[in-house]
Amino acid sequence: MLIRLRDRRTLGENDVTPEAIYHARRRFMAGAAGLGMAAALPRGALAASNYDEVEEGSGPPWFTRRFDNVAWQAVTAGADDTITPYGDATHYNNFYEFGTDKRDPAENAGQLTTEPWTVEVDGEVGRPGTFDVDQLLGEHRLEERIYRLRCVEAWSMVIPWLGVPLADLLKRVEPTSKAKFVRFQTLERPSEMPGQRSRFAYIDWPYQEGLRLDEAMHPLTLLTVGMYGRSLPNQNGAPVRLVVPWKYGFKSIKSVVRISLVEDQPATAWSSINPREYGFYSNVNPDVDHPRWSQARERRLPNSLFSPNMIDTQMFNGYEDQVASLYSGMDLQKYY
Amino acid sequence: MLLAWRLAVFAAALCPFAWYAWQVYSGNGGPEPGQYLLLNFGVTALILLLVTLSLTPLMKLTRWKGFALVRRQLGLWTFSYAVLHLLCYLLFILGLDFSALGDDLVRRPYIIVGFAALLMLLALAVTSNRYAMKRLGKRWKALHRMVYAALALVLLHFFWVVRADMGEWLNYALVAAFLMALRIPVVSRRLSRVRPRRGVARRG
Ligand code: HEM
Repeated sequence: MLIRLRDRRTLGENDVTPEAIYHARRRFMAGAAGLGMAAALPRGALAASNYDEVEEGSGPPWFTRRFDNVAWQAVTAGADDTITPYGDATHYNNFYEFGTDKRDPAENAGQLTTEPWTVEVDGEVGRPGTFDVDQLLGEHRLEERIYRLRCVEAWSMVIPWLGVPLADLLKRVEPTSKAKFVRFQTLERPSEMPGQRSRFAYIDWPYQEGLRLDEAMHPLTLLTVGMYGRSLPNQNGAPVRLVVPWKYGFKSIKSVVRISLVEDQPATAWSSINPREYGFYSNVNPDVDHPRWSQARERRLPNSLFSPNMIDTQMFNGYEDQVASLYSGMDLQKYY
Repeated sequence: MLLAWRLAVFAAALCPFAWYAWQVYSGNGGPEPGQYLLLNFGVTALILLLVTLSLTPLMKLTRWKGFALVRRQLGLWTFSYAVLHLLCYLLFILGLDFSALGDDLVRRPYIIVGFAALLMLLALAVTSNRYAMKRLGKRWKALHRMVYAALALVLLHFFWVVRADMGEWLNYALVAAFLMALRIPVVSRRLSRVRPRRGVARRG
């Protein structure tokens, strides 16, 4: 099944492509030639080879096995959203387990062992268990979803993810009536994660995040295993991560090893360190500033010295039509 | 020889600027070159401030007047990198939206503190010439003690910017604490005695 999540801002699936290809390739190819060549490819192949430096379809067996049956561009972004070049999306990351500099994850994450990998699903569920990624994905077809990613630091990218709706997994494990929230946990493995070895880190490892159950069940919430037509690079949260496009990036927890359904609102890594700066909900909201900077605008990356590429931040990162109803009646200034 | 030394220091202080500019020019500054320059110029300013503050202890320790000769120069370099840092902020982070600057200046403590530090460095820079020294007389020395306050504010500014790990900040803070400790009178006198001034007999 292919979920359609369209709003007036999104385009037909073919419309986004030539421009996206153009931008992904512009650094390496003469613009016009690259555009013509790519546009001539059939759509499936085109979406997969969209991106420079990407080895199309590369990944572990559970990934390659699903690759022929991907629903390409099941969700596309807006007319002005150009897909961020792969090299930028993989070399400008906040993944503090691998260091605090934006380049550290690309440098240090290579050593992470992602096979074998298991995820424990426990708590208020009828069918708890420990699953490998193959089992986690189940029978649901992989979907490509081009989402805006808005970092709490006021920059943003546009990234084509590959994954399945988290709801599909949650339904399979049968949440009990007590399940109100979902807590997620990242791997804790200091031997492979230098950031966890630092004695001066604020974060109390392992990294934890949480969603309300209805947020977790929302069709936009993606259990993600790939991007740019390949499996996730380690620095982007291999082998499996969450992507919640209407929330600040840190909610989209990486390298998940545990998913627990719980009754009470779970503690999350950032709001435990600094509840004033990072709330539990952390929905993208241009009207609620971070205490240290404004959230009204964002720098769409890549930018250059001559054009900072500042754009207005949209309520719920532009997914307002789809998700606003989750929060009807809530004071979003208070529950930020 | 001393002229060569001053020129060498000049060239060395220019290197970070040249290096970071080259990185950005050649596409190695990452997808957000403005932020890249902002952070690196900020750190360079802090390092230069610490280097400047290590000159007096070094001179006391070695009695080589070369260190004193480049103090003003390095102080001005510190200020220059801090100004570059501010320019990056105005140009690349605020996108020259000055109403946002007003907002930040009122509401964001780390910006207020950085701004105060920069004003102090400005005051020191404009009074770093011989004319100001003569005019201010004794007050000049008192005024230039403000550099310690500026250092404290810069460290506070940096501290409030740290998000996830204090490690890097702590390195700078420890160096700063060490340099300040060298200025405690007892310590500073000892430092001077390591190599006494020529002509003064070493006592017992
Ligand atoms: C008007 C004055 C100033 C403004 C508006 C300003 C602004 C900023 C901003 C926006 C950041 C980055 C915050 C972030 O996103 O992480 C920053 C970081 C920093 N600033 Fe400033 N700053 C000012 C003055 C100074 C001065 C005078 C110094 C040093 C002499 C300085 C040193 C630093 C350092 C070391 C960092 C941390 C860089 C890092 O995280 O690697 N700043 N400043």
